[in-house]
Amino acid sequence: MKRRLFAAAIGAAALVASGSALAGKDLDAIKARGAVICGVPTGIAGFAAADSQGKWIGLDVDVCRAVSAAIFGDSEKVKYVPLTSQQRFTALQSGEVDLLSNNTTVTLQRDTALGLDFTAITYYDGQGFMVPKKLGLKSAKELNGATVCVAPGTTTELNLADYFRANKMTFKPVVIEKVDEIRAAFYSGRCDVYTTDVSSLAATRVANTPAPLTPDDFMILPEIISKEPLGPMVRHGDNQLTDIIRWTQYAMLEAEEYGITSKNVDEMLKSENPTIKRILGVTPGMGKALGVDEKWVYTIVKQVGNYGESFDRHVGSGSLLKIDRGVNKLWTQGGLQYAPPIR
Amino acid sequence: MAVEALGSQTKAKVPPWNDPVIRGWVFQIVVVALVGLLAWFLVSNTIENLQRQKIASGFHYLEREAGFEIGDTMIQYSPASTYARAIFVGLLNTLKVAVLGIFMATVLGTMIGVGRLSPNWLLAKICEAYVEMFRNVPLLLWLFLIYKLISEAFPGPRQAINVLNSFFLSNRGLYFPVPLADPAYEWMGIAFLVGIVATVFVARWAKKRQDATGLPFPTIKAGLGLIVGLPILVWLACGAPHHMSWPELKGFNFDGGMVIQPEFTALLVGLVLYTSAFVAEIVRSGILALHKGQSEAAMAIGLSRGQVMRLVLLPQALRIIVPPMTSQYLNITKNSSLAIAIGYPDLVASVNVTINQTGQAIENILIIMAAYLSVSLSISAFMNWYNKRIALRER
Repeated sequence: MKRRLFAAAIGAAALVASGSALAGKDLDAIKARGAVICGVPTGIAGFAAADSQGKWIGLDVDVCRAVSAAIFGDSEKVKYVPLTSQQRFTALQSGEVDLLSNNTTVTLQRDTALGLDFTAITYYDGQGFMVPKKLGLKSAKELNGATVCVAPGTTTELNLADYFRANKMTFKPVVIEKVDEIRAAFYSGRCDVYTTDVSSLAATRVANTPAPLTPDDFMILPEIISKEPLGPMVRHGDNQLTDIIRWTQYAMLEAEEYGITSKNVDEMLKSENPTIKRILGVTPGMGKALGVDEKWVYTIVKQVGNYGESFDRHVGSGSLLKIDRGVNKLWTQGGLQYAPPIR
Repeated sequence: MAVEALGSQTKAKVPPWNDPVIRGWVFQIVVVALVGLLAWFLVSNTIENLQRQKIASGFHYLEREAGFEIGDTMIQYSPASTYARAIFVGLLNTLKVAVLGIFMATVLGTMIGVGRLSPNWLLAKICEAYVEMFRNVPLLLWLFLIYKLISEAFPGPRQAINVLNSFFLSNRGLYFPVPLADPAYEWMGIAFLVGIVATVFVARWAKKRQDATGLPFPTIKAGLGLIVGLPILVWLACGAPHHMSWPELKGFNFDGGMVIQPEFTALLVGLVLYTSAFVAEIVRSGILALHKGQSEAAMAIGLSRGQVMRLVLLPQALRIIVPPMTSQYLNITKNSSLAIAIGYPDLVASVNVTINQTGQAIENILIIMAAYLSVSLSISAFMNWYNKRIALRER
């Protein structure tokens, strides 16, 4: 009898253990640690780059900050781990980082065979080509025989090969792992073309062109050769953390859609609109369902801003890059950014 | 006999837990069991974790289409080729740089090492400076420096440095004309091999004759004549085909001819400069380890300084030089993986891209380890064989 009881106790303990493993072992680890460990790119102006004080800023960084705000009520409890495109998936799989906010394209392979999950799409991008203006090119169709600088292990590398095959053209790749080295090779003339996502091309052109060359010496060709929906990734196994990250992005979009900004969020608390009341936690329930504080959206918007603010600050009109919002406008303004309702 | 008897006597007296033989066995079994358990734990844990996280495993991906392009290939390759072929292309590139690197580092290193012992003060100091400069700075920095020098210092393809309208040097590499394929070249290759074999026989015969009669034979000149002359005769016999593929500026770049790319050049030059510094020290220590009487005796019988080195000192020094040289050869092979920093598509580069596209890190790392292990073991086996051959045979 005693022995059976003992066995039952062990069984129950095992059940509890496995139950909590599904419900949030990664989230528990984050809470116990007191910080989110976020894998970011090694340096893409506007998306993730250290500023002159060594502080990480950018659109990808804001994702990490918003997640931290949702979990801790403080957007600064983030540890940033810069990862190259080759290191990032292994780092996430092995638990070195909690999430990747790494300019990563959502693909079927990555979502399945890598044992990872995508959450929401934070930026709709596409691959393009940057060339020196002095080559006098008008179209990517004229690139036959060109030498192309490209980062290894990315969808970019595959799209590039596909595009040239589809158009019966040949090219010579120069493949270097570190982004800085690729750019140096391109600017020194080792390659005719530099290819990556258009947003990164724009960032490189503005922020990384070495003197005496100027950004005006280079142009981005009109062809966009691929769909590159970028978004944060997590490991399989902690659905609650996945939910929090996904709805953090949706919350920033919802906030923009309903006109909630970091400046007016305090006044918005007094709003009579039931949707806004629900979003900001004045009417409770949403935070509890997600397993975070009821004030989660308020904290995110107050400390990080809504999606539009974050976009303008880092890559849009308020930044050096001046990237057009384009397809990243809200659906209400003819773009693709569309968040499911918070209710 | 007496000792054995004593052993069995004491064995009868001590209890089994104090018997050194039994103890030894027990400890060994325990250690083996622990190591086995650890291995089992690691393997089973990994497999279980992979399955739990639904990460794909197995080697089936090798048959899938790779989809990425490689900039420098020795065999036919396109993005439509398989991952297996992409990895093989990388392995060949690694071998190319390793073999050339080993050969050039040995020649250059021996020259520097001998130079350091020269009575000419200036030459000795230059060689010393060379050694200290190259072996005291990390290889990676040399690679970056050389690669930057090539890509920054040379002009673009349209302003390429033109030598005799056939050699074009630019930041895209060195383009030069090559003969168009012709069956004559295969016959020339065979003639070349025949020349080498014939030279070996001539050298053996010459040594025998010198041992017997004391008459030296110009082996080097005769060998050169055989190795170079035979292919030329064959070429003439085949009607001297001379159609060439010339490099031509077309669009962005040169077309035709052959190219040595900057990434390859930078890696090879870096490896050779760096490793030759170590080789030079090994050669120097090998020569210095010989007794002074050897060179004095050789000089006393009227050999020139060059002959003393070539006929007396180097053959003896070789016995000391070869074993540490093996590790330098292995270093070249393994250091070639720094290629990734400057974009030369070696084995590691190919496998890294494959890891990233397929997500199967463990399988790919196993492939990389197996490849380097077999290359390194082959080099070691060859060097051990050579070492045995030249070892002092006591008669």
